[in-house]
Amino acid sequence: MLKVNNISFRYQSDRWLFHQIDLIINPKEVVGLYGQSGIGKTTFANIISGYLKPDKGSITVDGKVYSQNGRNPVQLIGQHPEKAINPRWKMRQVLEESGEYSDEFLEKLGISKEWMHRYPSQLSGGELQRFCLARAIAPKTKYLVADEMTTMLDAITQAQIWQTVLSLVEKQELGVLVISHELPLLKKICNRILNFEELAGNK
Amino acid sequence: MNKKSFSNTKNQIPLLEVKNLSLLFPQYKEGLKESYIQVIRDFELTIYPGEIVAVVGSSGSGKSLLADSILGILPDNAEIMGRLLFNGEHLSTKRQQQLRGKSISLIPQSVKALDPLMKTSKQVQSVIPDKKAKKRIQEEAFIKLGLPPETGDKYPHELSGGMARRVLIATAMVSESELIIADEPTPGLDELTWEETLTNIKQLSKSNRGIMFITHDIHAALKIADKIAVFYAGETLEIANKEDFSGKGERLRHPYTKALWLALPENNFKPLKGNHPESDEVLIGCVFEKRCPIATEFCKTNKPKSAKINNGITRCFYA
Repeated sequence: MLKVNNISFRYQSDRWLFHQIDLIINPKEVVGLYGQSGIGKTTFANIISGYLKPDKGSITVDGKVYSQNGRNPVQLIGQHPEKAINPRWKMRQVLEESGEYSDEFLEKLGISKEWMHRYPSQLSGGELQRFCLARAIAPKTKYLVADEMTTMLDAITQAQIWQTVLSLVEKQELGVLVISHELPLLKKICNRILNFEELAGNK
Repeated sequence: MNKKSFSNTKNQIPLLEVKNLSLLFPQYKEGLKESYIQVIRDFELTIYPGEIVAVVGSSGSGKSLLADSILGILPDNAEIMGRLLFNGEHLSTKRQQQLRGKSISLIPQSVKALDPLMKTSKQVQSVIPDKKAKKRIQEEAFIKLGLPPETGDKYPHELSGGMARRVLIATAMVSESELIIADEPTPGLDELTWEETLTNIKQLSKSNRGIMFITHDIHAALKIADKIAVFYAGETLEIANKEDFSGKGERLRHPYTKALWLALPENNFKPLKGNHPESDEVLIGCVFEKRCPIATEFCKTNKPKSAKINNGITRCFYA
């Protein structure tokens, strides 16, 4: 169970971006989150996945606060894969950094072997996003935070990537937080959908 | 509603006509071995005044290069073939230079295109030819787009994403352009800003301007476009009317367009196997053959030509 305990965060000392948020995500659960631009959804995603520290509160996975060393069981995927990948590495190196992958796994994600010898600039956004997904979903990953993961992609690529994630939800008992402006997408894939303003403001 | 079918626009001169457009880039593999990658193949598109034509395609399909081709801002090593006509006249490199920013303008993909060191009112005024009236014209445009008057005194970093986008649209609105190319103006916007941006683009078309709306968002295309050109592997696979996108896609002509429609989350969210062809892949037959559910041996070696079917255009042997 991923537990967000009463977290608060502010960028400016006189104003909370959000205050005292609680949230629980269970294994095999897909939770949707939507809300207007600029209200702190991405900051929230960064905190849950360990890129930012909350000013108050804590995040636990199965009752434990995870350490900053080693692989985080909560992994984040953002909107712009080209910003998450070293532009000077070939794709093989990009993958090798995060572990070993079986051919079967890569095939499932739709990663073609020919792409391994290419640089990130030679692949499209949808192709790169699959590498980000492969890196994020190692066997030790328990929760995935998908922040506008498929916003930049066409409908077919979006469906391809989400169908893969949904099969991992079943197989790897993955829990997922989906942040998106696209309500039809949330309705299709989520067990429950939350409005960030309500989540942050109902205290 | 400004609805135009293919038949009743026949006698009018199109604002923009693109015929058999191909775009190649040289590529060096293994040292000095030169080969070409083809990013646009036999592309065709016609836009009439007052019409919004959406070009829908996946990321990496070469959509933005299409905009660059029309504006004449391609890199030097690009090789371009085919015909571009603007108001019936050949659009040469020289003509493109004369017209861009004036008769043809671009709403760029990124709000970072705004000058960070210039107040927004100045940026918008800079494209107005009538120097005496430029302040008034700019202010009127801001009102039309729902921007508060004090926005003019702000710098781009002081604006939200939605407001910055409206400033970009204002720039196109005050210009005297007849053709506006909007390159992916909507991704990552929340629902409210998304609707607003689309309404504003629609407004631009009302003064008889033609708009080429480049997007990967079918919902956005269906909301404002009159015609939708489906772009795949550098080709137009289909030009459909907005009304064709309904139900299970029975009225759509090309199997790719059908797949795209059915892959939407509110339809059956069914993905298609395989990937978009690589830019250096040599494609002899139909570009969609590898992923096509109805392809035959014939499609592997023969290239379908575009044909008019049911008031639309498609490139498929079995449409």
